[in-house]
Amino acid sequence: MSILINKNTRVLTQGITGKTGQFHTKTGKEYANGAACYVAGVTPKKGGQSYEGIPIFETVKEAKAATGANVSVIYVPPPFAAAAIDEAVEADMDLVICITDGIPVRDMIRTKYKMQGKRTLLIGPNCPGVITPDEIKIGIMPGHIHKRGPIGVLSRSGTLTYEAVGQLMEVGLGQSSCVGIGGDPVNGMKHIDVMKMFNDDPQTEAVVMVGEIGGTDEEDCARWVKANMKKPVIGFIAGLTAPPGKRMGHAGAIISGGKGTATEKLRVMEECGIKVTRNPAEMGKLMKSVLK
Amino acid sequence: MKIHEYQAKEVLRKFGVKTLRSVPCFSVDEAAAAGKTLGGKVWVVKAQIHAGGRGKGGGVKLAKSPEELKTLASSILGMQLVTPQTGPEGQKVRRLLIEEGADIKKEYYVAMVTDRASQRVVLMASSEGGMDIEEVAHKTPEKIHKVTIDPMVGLTDAQAEDIARKIGIPDGSLAQARDLLKLLYKAFDETDASLAEINPLILTGDGSVIALDAKINFDENALFRHPEIVALRDLDEENPAEIEASKFGLSYIELDGNIGCLVNGAGLAMATMDICKLYGGSPANFLDVGGGASTEKVTEAFKIMLKNPSLKAILVNIFGGIMKCDVIAQGVVEAARQVKLSVPLVVRLEGTNVDLGKQILADSGLPILSASNMADAAQKAVAAVKKAA
Repeated sequence: MSILINKNTRVLTQGITGKTGQFHTKTGKEYANGAACYVAGVTPKKGGQSYEGIPIFETVKEAKAATGANVSVIYVPPPFAAAAIDEAVEADMDLVICITDGIPVRDMIRTKYKMQGKRTLLIGPNCPGVITPDEIKIGIMPGHIHKRGPIGVLSRSGTLTYEAVGQLMEVGLGQSSCVGIGGDPVNGMKHIDVMKMFNDDPQTEAVVMVGEIGGTDEEDCARWVKANMKKPVIGFIAGLTAPPGKRMGHAGAIISGGKGTATEKLRVMEECGIKVTRNPAEMGKLMKSVLK
Repeated sequence: MKIHEYQAKEVLRKFGVKTLRSVPCFSVDEAAAAGKTLGGKVWVVKAQIHAGGRGKGGGVKLAKSPEELKTLASSILGMQLVTPQTGPEGQKVRRLLIEEGADIKKEYYVAMVTDRASQRVVLMASSEGGMDIEEVAHKTPEKIHKVTIDPMVGLTDAQAEDIARKIGIPDGSLAQARDLLKLLYKAFDETDASLAEINPLILTGDGSVIALDAKINFDENALFRHPEIVALRDLDEENPAEIEASKFGLSYIELDGNIGCLVNGAGLAMATMDICKLYGGSPANFLDVGGGASTEKVTEAFKIMLKNPSLKAILVNIFGGIMKCDVIAQGVVEAARQVKLSVPLVVRLEGTNVDLGKQILADSGLPILSASNMADAAQKAVAAVKKAA
């Protein structure tokens, strides 16, 4: 088992004819069961063409009907990316993973509004994607650093997630699924939503939760963990040294009005029984110690 | 992106929000002329800098005669204005706003922000205008009223009136307040703002509702569709190194430490700063080179970091995904040669083609300190700084 995606997932790439879309569709296809999983691409006005043997369609609806795709990954440029999410939601996909960074917040507010009452889940935008090691990779993460195993990884960042995975591998721990939920203030699934899935997943024995400054999503998740989680959770929050009022790269990584500090997040997480480290080099070791 | 008060007022006026008459000025002569143009007996001289708390720092003064207006303008223009938001070094005042006086009966606070919890825009309002709103929120949270705005409907008449009533706008002025709030939302929405704050919103003796101050921040991701907003950018208010960095697609923020951190990815970049501190060092900057760092990008990143006089060492921390370690190693070696690197350089590479990358660093003949993991890298950088001191 795993969460969100597995070897039976059928993926379509929105924005498959762009450079980024092509590159990551190719590496996704080459990873584990990718050849069977990647079934379609969508680019308006390029229907009928193909890329790496993957047929390209005009619309998500057509692609879904023709190939049975149930998950969409989006590499569409920022001005058009929210509309691409809307299209996938309209087509009733199970899951949309939006990699695109730089989508205007106003667009995302409207997209989330339209998603109300729909069953489609959204990961991202501005995220590395999701990987279920040795089964399927959807996103921009390096597949080869992962290995199948018992640890769920959940993070708002890209390379910091790879760092967590790298450390888990050093202590001999593989991963059930690794989910990057992205660094934008208005986005799809939050820490708490993914944590619930890890809690219900029989393969996952423990979870690494990586957060960063800005917002209160980590605190909300921590409180849920305290009341409901049946598995150990360890955590790290990036940005203890970040100054207030400055946007640290990610659109959502900002301490404003005294809220969203790493200190506060760590305090609440500890209070809720999550073992945290303030040393980003010790996430793997901490997980190992918790499992003993 | 931030803009000045006078620019924010221009934006709001375009949408029909009522403000006082005012004239932006760049010199004392212009300020004196503005007083004449505006007429009346009192004027407010307001320093235009991006940071808030200008009144507290002495950047907002009342002039009761044309002579006083001139004196105040010449003392404020060019001053190094220190406010709770500028840091101890302050910000040089290069622009003024000369505004007509007003008969203020009562001050209120209104603001719109993107609210992460509801994933919508929220209107916040309070009867406690002119105050530090964070302090109000902390001490008397019951005095702050909030309403969440439906993105498809916008702020409704009922919502706007309800909140105006709650903050104590008298019945006779409710319609004006309602209209102003609705126009404020229209401005917020149509300009892709991330914050629009009027503090204070005033009620005058004759019952008018007017924006006495205005602050608007814009979503940088949406600037591509607002050239008219981009034109309002004032580079004098921004850190020159940060401007330079943005030209090369680098996300750079200067800090007060001495270890320059060059990292791929925002989360890992923050974590690298944190670990420097943890091992007794202090980061000189946040720097995210992004997903596709070329030799050119790394070279520019080195140049920008080296301009910081406090810099004592550089720590490169790359976890290669899309970015291959051999490519980044080549970039680091070439960059170090080009800038004739004068401070110790610690490099930690991990991920795709890591062995090849490390070999390139080792073969370069440069005095690069190679680190095996993040902790090792931070410790080596901290030790290098101590040794140099």
